[in-house]
Amino acid sequence: MTILLFGVTKDIVGSPSLSIPTASVTGRSIPKTVRELRSFLNKSYPELGKLSSLAIAVNNSYAQDDDQINSYDEIALIPPVSGG
Amino acid sequence: MIKPDRFVRQTSLSGFGLEKQAKLADSKVLIVGLGGLGLPVAQYLNAMGVGTLGLVDQDFVELHNLQRQVLYSEDDIGKLKLEVTSQKLKAQNSQTLLKCFDTYLTKDNALEIVKEFDVIVDATDNFAARYVINDACVILNKPFVYGALHAFEGQVSVFNYEDGPTYRCLFPKMPSPEETPNCATNGILGILPGIIGTLQALETVKIITGVGEVLSGKLLVYDGLLQNTRKVNFTVVAENKVITKLQTDYGFDLCESSPSISAKDFLALQQRKKLQVIDVRSIEEFNKDHLSGSVNITIEELKNSLQKINFDNDVYLLCQSGKRSERACAILKSLKPEAIMYSVSGGLNQMASVCP
Repeated sequence: MTILLFGVTKDIVGSPSLSIPTASVTGRSIPKTVRELRSFLNKSYPELGKLSSLAIAVNNSYAQDDDQINSYDEIALIPPVSGG
Repeated sequence: MIKPDRFVRQTSLSGFGLEKQAKLADSKVLIVGLGGLGLPVAQYLNAMGVGTLGLVDQDFVELHNLQRQVLYSEDDIGKLKLEVTSQKLKAQNSQTLLKCFDTYLTKDNALEIVKEFDVIVDATDNFAARYVINDACVILNKPFVYGALHAFEGQVSVFNYEDGPTYRCLFPKMPSPEETPNCATNGILGILPGIIGTLQALETVKIITGVGEVLSGKLLVYDGLLQNTRKVNFTVVAENKVITKLQTDYGFDLCESSPSISAKDFLALQQRKKLQVIDVRSIEEFNKDHLSGSVNITIEELKNSLQKINFDNDVYLLCQSGKRSERACAILKSLKPEAIMYSVSGGLNQMASVCP
């Protein structure tokens, strides 16, 4: 599962995208909903968990926490940015 | 009287014509912020014949603005952005009615200013202002054209357009000061605001004239490094369309909660007496160069270092450009409301240009 990163999430993770290895490689379950993805990310990168608002787009649509995700989906983390 | 051939390249454009030109002439657009985003918006809308342009800013031109705020020249350093911009816009198109607001947009003046206009362009550089604009536009039922930048990226959308979603439908909660990158790390490639600002100008023209499809319910995310654009669809969250009044507090609403002193006045005062100056920049920045007699407490350490500050005396907060010191001032003010403190506007950069 590949997650595209924007704004400050790119700075926090330190790269423009993030790969979550599939269960067959790690033996751990991969996130199946947006909510599970959020908690997975917060554990791996506590700084992400501190963001007040972080939009998650699945296949270019704003996703709700209950939405299902799978490894074929294109996922993007989009935080608000403030520069002008 | 508008000379008929001035806009001939637009009026002869199939799908635009005299009818759309007349709509531009009748429209009133408010541009909040005359920085990297606001300037291209102002220049293009002014050139294209928008009848009334409102300009809101209280900042001064500084040397480090010139890399991206391309309307300003070296001669303009130290002048009010509002003054320089209105002069140059007048020379560009004398027909436009310019309404200048020598202030920042805050919860105290937003409704009064916004209500006069048809379309609001958010060209600000801080979250507090963006949330104030959102809420004021929802209350007054005005569309606003959002643009924002981060490093090599930009975002554009039109919020609150007719029944469309708002800024809060996308980002419900305002980020706290701690999670906002500070001005030393929050760099922007000079060209980015030009790209994002012109896209905002285009959306403004579309709203006014009805040509094309307004970027409502879609967030355009632009990645300058890869030349990628992505449009993320999002929908209305009903509660965000019902705002009846502005919040009493927009967190670190810098503009109204932190008293400031100009770099010039600060320097003059400092010659006369010894001031308690707290430099809130990083240790590295402080070690490189600092004002003699100033004490370094980084903005991150501020809350836990109150014992290092003598609140019986006036406190002068200083940083490189004045942004972190404003934020520091807001933080300290919330902890010590009785204490007297000032943020030095424009920081060390401004001091250098006042007293080279």
